[in-house]
Amino acid sequence: MSKKIPTVYPYIPNSVPTVKNQMLKEVGAKSVEEFFEDIPEKLRLKKNMNLPNPLLSEYALRRHIEGILSKNKTCQEYLNFLGAGCWQHYVPAVCDEVNQRGEFLTAYAGEPYDDHGRFQALFEYASMMGELLNMDVMNVPTYDWLQAAATSICMASRITGRSEVLVSRTINADKLSKIRDYCKPKIGIKLLDYDSETGQLDLNSLKVQISSKTAAVYFENPSYLGFIEAHGDKISKIAHDHGAICIVGVDPISLGILAPPIEYGADIVCGDIQPLGMHMQFGGGHAGFIATRDEEEYVMEYPSRLFGIAPTSVEGEYGFGDVAYKRTSFALREEGKEFVGTATALWGITAGVYLALMGPQGMLEIGEVIMQRSHYAMLLMSKIKGVKSHAFQSTHFKEFVVNFDRTGKTVAEINKALLRHKIFGGKDLTKEFPELGNSALYCFTEVHTKDDIDRLVNALKEVVE
Amino acid sequence: MKDITKKRYTGGKPKPRRFHQAMWDEPIIFELSNEGERGIIVPEVEAEVKNGVGDVMSTIPESLRRKRHPKLPELSQPRVLRHYMRLSQETLGTDLNIDVGQGTCTMKYSPKINEHLARMPQMADIHPLQDEETVQGILEVMYKFEQILNEISGMDQFSLQPGAGSQAIYANASIIRAYHEARGEADHRDEIITTIFSHPSNAACAKTAGFKIITLYPNKDGYPDLEALKSAVSERTAGLMITNPEDTGIFNPKIEEFLKVVHEAGGLCSYDQANANGILGITRAREAGFDLCHFNLHKTFSAPHGCGGPAVGAIGVTRELAKFLPVPVIEFDGSKYHLNYDRPESIGKVRSFCGVAPVVLKAYTWVMSLGAEGLKEVAEIAVLNNNYLLKRMLEIRGVSAPYAKGKRRIEQVRYSWEKLRRDTGVHSEEIGLRAADFGVHYWTSHHPWIVPEPCTLEPTESYSKADLDEYIEILRHVSNEAYRNPKLVKTAPHNSTIHKINHTPLDSPSEWAMTWRAYRKKVHKASAHNVNLWCSER
Repeated sequence: MSKKIPTVYPYIPNSVPTVKNQMLKEVGAKSVEEFFEDIPEKLRLKKNMNLPNPLLSEYALRRHIEGILSKNKTCQEYLNFLGAGCWQHYVPAVCDEVNQRGEFLTAYAGEPYDDHGRFQALFEYASMMGELLNMDVMNVPTYDWLQAAATSICMASRITGRSEVLVSRTINADKLSKIRDYCKPKIGIKLLDYDSETGQLDLNSLKVQISSKTAAVYFENPSYLGFIEAHGDKISKIAHDHGAICIVGVDPISLGILAPPIEYGADIVCGDIQPLGMHMQFGGGHAGFIATRDEEEYVMEYPSRLFGIAPTSVEGEYGFGDVAYKRTSFALREEGKEFVGTATALWGITAGVYLALMGPQGMLEIGEVIMQRSHYAMLLMSKIKGVKSHAFQSTHFKEFVVNFDRTGKTVAEINKALLRHKIFGGKDLTKEFPELGNSALYCFTEVHTKDDIDRLVNALKEVVE
Repeated sequence: MKDITKKRYTGGKPKPRRFHQAMWDEPIIFELSNEGERGIIVPEVEAEVKNGVGDVMSTIPESLRRKRHPKLPELSQPRVLRHYMRLSQETLGTDLNIDVGQGTCTMKYSPKINEHLARMPQMADIHPLQDEETVQGILEVMYKFEQILNEISGMDQFSLQPGAGSQAIYANASIIRAYHEARGEADHRDEIITTIFSHPSNAACAKTAGFKIITLYPNKDGYPDLEALKSAVSERTAGLMITNPEDTGIFNPKIEEFLKVVHEAGGLCSYDQANANGILGITRAREAGFDLCHFNLHKTFSAPHGCGGPAVGAIGVTRELAKFLPVPVIEFDGSKYHLNYDRPESIGKVRSFCGVAPVVLKAYTWVMSLGAEGLKEVAEIAVLNNNYLLKRMLEIRGVSAPYAKGKRRIEQVRYSWEKLRRDTGVHSEEIGLRAADFGVHYWTSHHPWIVPEPCTLEPTESYSKADLDEYIEILRHVSNEAYRNPKLVKTAPHNSTIHKINHTPLDSPSEWAMTWRAYRKKVHKASAHNVNLWCSER
């Protein structure tokens, strides 16, 4: 019987048996077993793990993975009108080119001397977002909008010393779930009603609920349901009159045409940068931002890393480093602000590339294009028998609620039927917003051509009429 | 013919590699702006669409219209690309260096094939809310990877939703809270016990989830006394959140007894396995008795670190706790995969949708390239490399490995340069800055530094013996320099993109600047008042 030849693994240089033996000899060990002598026998795994057989050749591995992934239908093969927090925008080739660079892709936590480029790229990301938002402070991105909203609320609570937050009820259910879990130990969340005709936040509901206990009022613009919240200035004034902080969640791709929230009174602005150059990746492209004015009481409440510009010992040289590092959990463990760790830095760098490519003109045009396309779709869809598009009498940006009550079909049935036309219909809202009836949230961006929209409308007609 | 090879370094000898980090003196991108240049053109709207909708912009309420364009830089496409290529060159990714100096972070090779696969349209261009029928491929990957993690840890169910290790620890703390709430004990069970050599997030995340923190310190063996734990537990104990081996690389052999003490007090035990590289196939969370655990897929499971994410912190729990996991969970009915949101006792959402799927795909691909034997080989070689590095490190003047003298370590070691500092005045941090001159990373340690002048080295399985020798020779060289010419070390780096940073402004509210606009305003204000912005320069 022939002896089993040990496998040499391409990713493991010292899996070469002679090298292994030489190293064992050098450290005076008979076998690798000696290194595990502190692990009690009882805790040692006695069996081989029951895992799938390895695919040692890269070719076999590729075939295996491609085989599984081929079961996915992409938004290239299908027309996609889903948004609801993850949006299909065009990703410029340069964005992918930069974020697949091995230097950025595989760097981590090096000093500014090893990783000057990483620090500069993230400082520039913050700076360009700062221009988009007219705000001076921007964090190294956190996980996503859910986290950014939850942390913004916690920051507001610490700044005001208050423990109640009012949140617009048109918020996405997942985000609300995150906020409730994250704020549970310290902050009570109350919901603000919306006007059933317009979707707009109900100012009376706000006036009734706000009090000296209110730390912050949180709303979004455009709202989760796609309409533009027109009374930002009134909402922020009511908040400020009661000593509360105004937090606005915003889709950054709207800011070429929509006013930055600071102009209507926002103190903290948060959101997601996925639209700025990240592929959807089944939800893997999200990254959250939190922006504020450059005021110490705000800055010191950020849990995230903040990169700042600094001088070096050589004149004319830019250096970068952590601003107020001592507020973080890296420095202070449980005495730091919330916690910080690995999040989504590569997406921050990528969003910087996106904004640099787009420039002011690109951001203006993309806002206009999105408005025009979504309104074109709205117009055509409203002509379909039994379809009410849009459900709210307000101006919308890229998403709007479509009501199908009078078609006699459920959203689920309609979406199943659209699938046969190779179309992903809008997000079914019937569970999330039962009061909206049989409704779906449709999303249109710069990627949807007139032909695409016409194809959707024709398919919808076929399905519902 | 002269033999040039004799004078060249091999394994760091006869002298370290000549290195200079890329130094482009690259402007801030705003300084490159040229009015009117464009990097990309937005798709044009068809005339029919434009005419059909009319002046939609005027429907935006006046107060919500943007009045002034954002002052973004204006650059043509090649200039944007060139700028970012230069910044990327000024970044020392793991692809470039012998990255053993970033201990606790498991800087291993991230296979390129995995990256290529994760960038296929079948992964990149799918929406998380697509009909389940159309995402069976990624659901299969995620479901199968959960099964793989069940086997590696012995736990019963995983969620891949958290977006990195800290968010995973937070989710586990939230599950511990939910567990005690369900038993009606949350009001008085408000303490989490951790150890100082567990990652700071164990303390910070548990605190964020509403707990008070009790931190245990090590004895001479490098882990806390059982007696210290016994006196820390009480009817207030909600749980224990602990790493093993801790940042010292020392495996706590009494871990089972630790868990028993906490369980008897009514608490749960959560295992921070962010770094499980040295124990794959060797020992598992289940056998030790843990109730929860988490793995960082961007560490042990090879997904790239991305300058600090995107990432995944996969959390695993026992059957009893599975009902608390975040929604949705992925289920398999024998032919199709489904997302189940109907979980009334769930802690809810931790991260958007199903988490960072492409990172899961990379981790799954990595495991499939190795199998059970390969994973064990990863652990064994990582540990062999570490013990080899330990032996060689202790030959260097001025360094020691506190705790557990003469014993083997698992995947990393926390060293101390205290002797070197006493002898030469050179600090650990300065050694790192000098090491950067030779093209390698070096990291001190998490705070607080209860090991004085610390550094933590973790060689993983990805480095050859010659790589490790080179790293050692660099540190030996720097140590020799510290003894011979400490000033040279103290003024490092000398071969970096930049020179020593003055950190003072970064802690001063009147001087710190986190954006270019803030910086320009402060420069302007300072010049109006005829003072230098960075007064420390005066």
